[in-house]
Amino acid sequence: MNKAWIIARRELDAWFDSLVAYIIIVAFLAFSGIFTWIAGADIFLRQQADLSVFFGVARWTLFFFIPAITMRLIAEEKRAGTIELVLTKNVTDRDFVLGKFVASVLMVAIALACTLPYYATVAMLGPVDHGATLSGYVGLLLLSAAYIAIGLFASSLSNNQIVAFLLALFISIFFQFLFDVFADNTGGWLSRLFDMLSAMRHYDSIARGVIDSKDLIYFLSVCFVGLALTEWQVGKRE
Amino acid sequence: MDIEIRHLTKSYGPQKAVDDISFAVRPGEILGFLGPNGAGKTTTMKIITNYIQPDSGEVLIGGRSVHDGSMKRYIGYLPEHNPLYPEMNVIDFLRWCAEVQDVPREHIPDRIREMVRVCGLDREKHKKIGELSKGYRQRVGLAQAMIHDPEVLILDEPTTGLDPNQIVEIRELIRKLGREKTVILSTHILPEVEATCDRILIINRGRIVADGTPETLRRQAQGQQVLRIRLEEADPDEAVKAIMALPSVASVDLVQAEACRIEVQSKPEATSNRAIFELCKERGWVLVEMVPFETRLEDIFRNLTMN
Repeated sequence: MNKAWIIARRELDAWFDSLVAYIIIVAFLAFSGIFTWIAGADIFLRQQADLSVFFGVARWTLFFFIPAITMRLIAEEKRAGTIELVLTKNVTDRDFVLGKFVASVLMVAIALACTLPYYATVAMLGPVDHGATLSGYVGLLLLSAAYIAIGLFASSLSNNQIVAFLLALFISIFFQFLFDVFADNTGGWLSRLFDMLSAMRHYDSIARGVIDSKDLIYFLSVCFVGLALTEWQVGKRE
Repeated sequence: MDIEIRHLTKSYGPQKAVDDISFAVRPGEILGFLGPNGAGKTTTMKIITNYIQPDSGEVLIGGRSVHDGSMKRYIGYLPEHNPLYPEMNVIDFLRWCAEVQDVPREHIPDRIREMVRVCGLDREKHKKIGELSKGYRQRVGLAQAMIHDPEVLILDEPTTGLDPNQIVEIRELIRKLGREKTVILSTHILPEVEATCDRILIINRGRIVADGTPETLRRQAQGQQVLRIRLEEADPDEAVKAIMALPSVASVDLVQAEACRIEVQSKPEATSNRAIFELCKERGWVLVEMVPFETRLEDIFRNLTMN
C-alpha cells in the first residue's frame, strides 16, 4: 500500500506541476457550473434549496472527464516504455495499478471539493437537506471510482491515449445509461439483470439520499472487477 | 550475489527468442552479453529482472528465484532505450526511484548526492529530464539503476548515445562497480566488451554460441599461430621452401613476391618465431617485419553469428 502511495503521489505531482490538473478542474467546474446554474435544468426554478440538479449534471461531466484523466495513466507508460522502468523496481503490478487508481480518485475528489461553494450558495438560499447533499457527494465519488477503474482498464488495453479514451467511453456508456435502456426493453430475469448492472439506478438511489449497502456493494464490485482486469492486463506484458 | 540462469526458454509465437540458455555470473565479474540484434539479449535481461516470465527455466539471484519479485530490490536495471519520465526533474526523479527501491528515508539525500557526483550530473541536476541531451539522459538512466546500491546490475546497452569522453567515464564506472557487484551488460560495440568485461557470452538466435574471456575466445577461434613476415635480400621462392622445411611450420603462403611478404602458419600448439629468426641469420636474410596476426573479436563474432 505504501508503494501504491509513492506511485500515486508521482501522478498527482505530475498533474499539479503541469497545467493538466488546473485545466481539468477549471473545465469540470465550467461545464458543471454552466449546466447547473445557467443553462439546462435551472437550479433557481426548483422552488427547493438542494443540489439535485448539480448531481444530475455532474454525473455526465464526470462521465466525459474521467476517461480524459485515466487515458494517459497506463497507455502512456506502455508507449514510452516507462512501465518497464517501474515494474522492474521493487513494485508489484498491484501497487502500480492501485497507485494509478488512488491518484485518479484523489484528483476527482479535489475537483468535487471545488464545487462545495455551490453547497454554500444553496444553503444561503434556503434550508438544505445536509444528509441528502452528503449522500449525493458520496454517490458521485463512488460513481467516479467505478468509472476510473473502467478507464484504467481501457488504458491498459492500448498504448494509444485516444484509443484508451474512446474505449473507456464505450465501456462506461453501458453503465451510464445503456443497461438502463436494456432493462426497460427486456423482461423477466434479463430485465432484472440489466437493472442490477445499471450504474444509473444505483447512483440515483444514493443521490436521493439513501445509501443502501446494495448500492455500495455494486460500486465497490465494479471497482474491484475493473482493477482486477487491469492488473491482469498489465501482468500480461502486452 | 551471484546470478544463475538455468535452462531459460522463451518463445514469442513460433519463434524462440531464448532457447535453453544456462550460465552463471559471480560477484566481481562483469559479463558482456554480445549478439546481433534480435539474438535474445534483451529478452534474457527482461527475464532476469522479472519483467517477463520465461516459458521454462529459472533465474536465481543469491540462490533465490526471482520469480516472485522479492529479489527486485537487489537488482539495478537500465532497460533498453532508457525509458524515463521527461516531465520530472533529475533530483525529483532520483528521489522517487530511491523511495520505490526502499532506500531508508534518511539515506536518500546522500544517495542522490552520490549518484549526481558519480554520474556527473551536477550541472544538469535541476533540469527536467526531457530537456537533457541524450548523453545526460543516459547518465540519469545509470543513476536510477544504481541509486539503491544494488548487488546486481543489469545494463542493456549502457553506453549508447554517449560521446567518447563519456564512454570512457562510464566504462571506468562500470569496471569500478564490477569489482564488488555482479554486472551483466549487453552491447554490440565490440571494443567496449574488450575494454570492460571479464567474460564474454555471445548469443545468436537465442542460443549461447561462445562463452569465455576475450583471450580464450581468441585462442579458440585462432587455433594456430599465424605470423606475417617480410624479408629483404632473399629469393622469395627459396625462402618459402626453407621456411616450409622448418619442423614447427604447418603451411607457408607467399602473399607478395616482389616485397617478399610471407604468411606462416604454425602447427597446433607450436610457435615458429625463433626458428624463423635463426633461419634468417643462417641464410643472411634481413628480417624486416614479423607480426603475429591476431584474430579480431569482430571476426570471431562474425564467424559465430553469420549463418
